[in-house]
Amino acid sequence: MKTITTKAFLAAGLLVALVLAGLVSYYASGSPDGLEKVATDQGFDAGAKDHAGAEWPLADYGVSGVGDERLSGGLSGVIGVAVTLALGGGLFWVVRGRRAESRD
Amino acid sequence: MHVPDGFINAPVSVATGVVAATGVAVALRGARRELDDATAPLAGVTAAFVFGAQMLNFPVAAGTSGHLLGGALAAILVGPYTGVLVVSVVLAVQALLFADGGLTALGTNITIMAIVTAIIGYGVFKAGLAILPKKRSSVPVAAFAGAFLSVPASAISFTAIYAIGGTTDIPLGEMLLAMTGVHLLIGVGEALITAVTVSSAVAVRPDLVYGARGLVKPLLINGTAEEATA
Repeated sequence: MKTITTKAFLAAGLLVALVLAGLVSYYASGSPDGLEKVATDQGFDAGAKDHAGAEWPLADYGVSGVGDERLSGGLSGVIGVAVTLALGGGLFWVVRGRRAESRD
Repeated sequence: MHVPDGFINAPVSVATGVVAATGVAVALRGARRELDDATAPLAGVTAAFVFGAQMLNFPVAAGTSGHLLGGALAAILVGPYTGVLVVSVVLAVQALLFADGGLTALGTNITIMAIVTAIIGYGVFKAGLAILPKKRSSVPVAAFAGAFLSVPASAISFTAIYAIGGTTDIPLGEMLLAMTGVHLLIGVGEALITAVTVSSAVAVRPDLVYGARGLVKPLLINGTAEEATA
């Protein structure tokens, strides 16, 4: 049976996430997504308001001040992966039960 | 699928906020039983992975794209309660840092993209496993089915919320049809990404995949958390 260590497994998952967000995301489709498309077609986008953070430094998956589109998008993706990992990892570490002591 | 501000009126946005907060509270309790020292970091990496994968919009029809929602994937990899939390974290980061998905719509987005997808995705996955042969290769097949149906379920739940609190007066029947139709297509992409990811994880470490646990039991010795493999 093929096995890798848990550390290697986690590192591989994180590496894929970074490659997707940092590099592959540049090639993502720029077309409106399903909801946006249906909303435009059927006219229920009329009520949509701009996001309050439309001018935030990372708004719309770009880093403001970075001119190169590929670098700006890729960098924002890497930042997003890092922040999500930190927030999620921290939350799940706090939430986890202690199996060894209190197994059901 | 990220709902912007202004699609749903204020009272119903408050109501979906309450639904989302309740769902997250229930998920926090349930996740205690799913997470331990080994799986907590895995759940963090799953959240990072869902964030990265959500950036990849794939074309589904003329001038339309879709992206992974990830609720089914996360539920299968780390458990349904934790799965709700994984996607909620991603949605919060997107709304609060990347201005993607409205701030007043965060409750709506967590409801339709984290809670609905995890429940439907994991429910269909478990039903699939119950029908399919009890072997490891059934896991990606059931994951495909769960992920596929989670997307139209999410679209239908959005339409239901819109029916109650939408800010325009449009024919709901047509909206339901259009939303379901395009999200069935997006569901195929969701299903492919989910099946490939789950299949890769099961190939190297089936013991770390929450949804595959029942299928690797033969090597488990009397309640020991460690799996007897090397």
